Amino acid sequence: MAEYTIKVRRFQPESGEGPYWEEFGVELDPSLSVLDSLLQAKDRDDGSLAVRCSCRAAICGSCGMKINGQSGLGCKTQIGEAQELADKKASASGEKVENAPIVIEPMGNMPVIKDLVTDMESTHWTKIRRVTPWLLPHGEAPEREYIVEPESMIDITQSMACIQCGACVSSCLSMEADPDFIGPAALAKAYRFVGDPRDAETVERLHDLANDPHGIYDCTHCFSCVDACPKDVAPMDQIMRLRRKAGENGVEDPNSGHDHEMAFVKIIEKKGTLDESLLLQESFAPGLKGKLKPSKRAIKEMLGSLPTAFRGIKSGKMRSLPKLIPGVHHKLPGNAQDEVKAIYAHTEEHNEEFNLYIKGDEGELAEIEAEEAREDAAEAAAAPSASEETPNG
Amino acid sequence: MPSHDVLVIGAGLAGQRAALAAAEQGVSVGIISKVHPVRSHSNAAQGGINAALNPNDSWESHAVDTVKGSDYLGDQDAIEVMAREAPEEILHMEHLGVTFHRNEEGKLGTRAFGGASAARTYYVADITGQAIMHVLYEQLMKYSEDVARYEEWFCTSLAIDENGECCGVVTRNVADGSMELFEAKSVILACGGNGQVWKPTTNALICTGDGIAMAYRVGAKLMDMEMIQYHPTTLAGKGFLITEGARGEGAHLLNANGERFLEKYAPNKMELASRDVVSRAEQTEINEGRGFPDGTVALDITVVPKKRVHEALREIVLVGRDFAGVDITREPIHIKPGNHYTMGGVKTDIDGRTDIPGLYAAGETACVSVHGGNRLGANSLLDTLIFGKRSGRDAAARAKRTEGSRPSRKVLEDEEAMIADILAREKGSGRRVSEIKLELGQTMDGKVAVFREEAGIQEALDTVRRLKEEAATAYVDDHGSIFNQDLLGAIELGYMLDNAECTCIGALERKESRGAQYRTDFPERNDEEWLKHIDLELSDDGPQISYSEVTITQWEPEARTY
Repeated sequence: MAEYTIKVRRFQPESGEGPYWEEFGVELDPSLSVLDSLLQAKDRDDGSLAVRCSCRAAICGSCGMKINGQSGLGCKTQIGEAQELADKKASASGEKVENAPIVIEPMGNMPVIKDLVTDMESTHWTKIRRVTPWLLPHGEAPEREYIVEPESMIDITQSMACIQCGACVSSCLSMEADPDFIGPAALAKAYRFVGDPRDAETVERLHDLANDPHGIYDCTHCFSCVDACPKDVAPMDQIMRLRRKAGENGVEDPNSGHDHEMAFVKIIEKKGTLDESLLLQESFAPGLKGKLKPSKRAIKEMLGSLPTAFRGIKSGKMRSLPKLIPGVHHKLPGNAQDEVKAIYAHTEEHNEEFNLYIKGDEGELAEIEAEEAREDAAEAAAAPSASEETPNG
Repeated sequence: MPSHDVLVIGAGLAGQRAALAAAEQGVSVGIISKVHPVRSHSNAAQGGINAALNPNDSWESHAVDTVKGSDYLGDQDAIEVMAREAPEEILHMEHLGVTFHRNEEGKLGTRAFGGASAARTYYVADITGQAIMHVLYEQLMKYSEDVARYEEWFCTSLAIDENGECCGVVTRNVADGSMELFEAKSVILACGGNGQVWKPTTNALICTGDGIAMAYRVGAKLMDMEMIQYHPTTLAGKGFLITEGARGEGAHLLNANGERFLEKYAPNKMELASRDVVSRAEQTEINEGRGFPDGTVALDITVVPKKRVHEALREIVLVGRDFAGVDITREPIHIKPGNHYTMGGVKTDIDGRTDIPGLYAAGETACVSVHGGNRLGANSLLDTLIFGKRSGRDAAARAKRTEGSRPSRKVLEDEEAMIADILAREKGSGRRVSEIKLELGQTMDGKVAVFREEAGIQEALDTVRRLKEEAATAYVDDHGSIFNQDLLGAIELGYMLDNAECTCIGALERKESRGAQYRTDFPERNDEEWLKHIDLELSDDGPQISYSEVTITQWEPEARTY
């Protein structure tokens, strides 16, 4: 049992007052959750403290909130860990470093209804409905089950693991800039259908999501949603899969997003570092064919990008003009470029999806196996320790 | 006044399936849920769903296992219906998009589960309930013109007309506190079980027995309320569930001496005996001093290959890591029996019909009874879908042939008065709602759990009746309209106390040991006197007891060993 102070951002809509902070003192075991601390405050001190919650076990997705500024589930965040983070943050800003209040706020990117309860309907659910979130098979269903590759079902099970808690939406930086962004949760949901071999509208779905200016190319790759997701759905990875599938299916997108990505890949493979003089052309009119016969659209896009390029040069974000002359780009020292190529070759050979349902966390597994080997060696040398006590069993 | 032909209360698996089945019949359907549908507790069903779909398996075998699992208290006509319709329903779910596990041929693959004579459990990793429920919600979004969704609306009472037929329901919109009387020709209660009556429990905070209590209050019969399942593998203290799938994948149960103790209790099926058998074995080990000091035994998942654990038990890896600080791939995890499932409930026939015309019940709220004294793992999801579907269809058929009647405003006014009364109680005038809930939960877990005896149950009943009086003056802090969870908690407490009282009465009455009801003062099953259902009906003196026959079609009771 330990004592904590939780500092909750409250909003009582019927009071006529704006939002305010309130601190509650709670006592609980460090292994219990931030949600447990809120429920204790609600039970003992103030029943009007509003928070959605149900399962307490990270399955129902009700208790999305921000804890010390990080989006996640209240029930899945241990209060002891939250305290450590609060102390770390406090010490970083030069405040007192022990028992700093644990800061709890409603989720971001959504209107607040009351205290920690947000309006998910107008934001999260509206976006989910945007991606046509139901299976669209062709024709009559078979008499028995659809026969599909076993790996394909495991593959989309990562998306199916989503509990619609909204933590990724809350943390999404792109959505802060563009509230119309379809967003991590809905796009992860979209992958559940795009990756499903039973769905017959794969290409149509990809066209739809690529051509929407708030669609798959609106993600800025910031990893916030991956950090926030309590279920290891890794929404950004699902968005990247959508982009890859879009590219594979020849879906042209208005931002040339896929070609832009491929331009980086090709230039680094060839030169080791980014040759900015080639980036524009490779992004919009890739390859020799693009150089010789750029399409009208490519020319328009390239000309349209020039002001950005000039601003980049002026502000020092891009290199100076002479270095932008094609061919001037420096080479990597020694045989470094060969090593870059070797990395490419290795990646090609090990072109596997990283999916927890297929492989588990590889790092974790390797670590476990190494440790087991050490334990076995130790056991051979000495009598094994009998303790099997678990911390909270 | 919002009006629908069929109104479904509760939006877990049973409710969503019922709504979709009713809508297929071309009637107007509404579905009301006190939480957003995907927050419903069907999510928590991890392990899978049973069906004799494999050509080497048969529905009879599934039915026999279920009958034996129920300790012969299940109604065999209902069990036959469930086992026969299971394969078609699994295929239907697959066609809608559930991402069921496949075997190497790309066909549906199975895993082993407790009390089953064949591997007939179909699954999605260990998120089967969640996967099916989210797919059903996809369908509700698809058919949003056919099924009106009332998400975050709380039901306070059913409306009964002068002919004694159910004609609507009184609700409170959680978002703004407005009260609304809904009119309906058929009402289906699919509100889940009553696990929150016990503490700890694997059940979510929303599982407060609302449907069971609302039906009981308007005179519907409840059945076998003493039959409460304790799941063999829950985390001590917190009550979190570790799926039976873990044992299905080969995990062992060990006592503190490292012995696989089920050898003594169920030498053939070992860890995969029925849940009541395994829970009693564990509790016996703990009571006789062979458990760990924290009152637990150990579940050893390290014997399951790691790759398989990550592929098939991913959720349990997370539960172990996040809620117990244990890496289950490396060390055993401490577990104990914990409250899990309500076998009893609102008495229905095989089409979900209760004693009250127009009122239906399905899923954990209902007692058809397919689970009798003990539910087999992976039969609950099946129960929700089969009887959800059947209720939905029958409710639609009734709506088509019924004129319907307008519910009286009086029932709405009564509910408004009830709420005004709660809100008018002054702070400090009675006990806090949370205190009463805690005392209730601890009392029930202490005295009406794996092992029971008369004096203990009587003490629990006395406590429950005292708590009922205290609840009548319990106060709340929140007096507002918007998201007043405090008020809803006070109403839920009333539901919980009605459930608790009925369970105590049933447990006192059944003077034998059958399924989940183990009376240390009557340790044997007694088919001569007690092969019958205990029905409870509201009267001025509390629950009135009567009995009804167990339907036996082809399987006579036998001694039950695993």
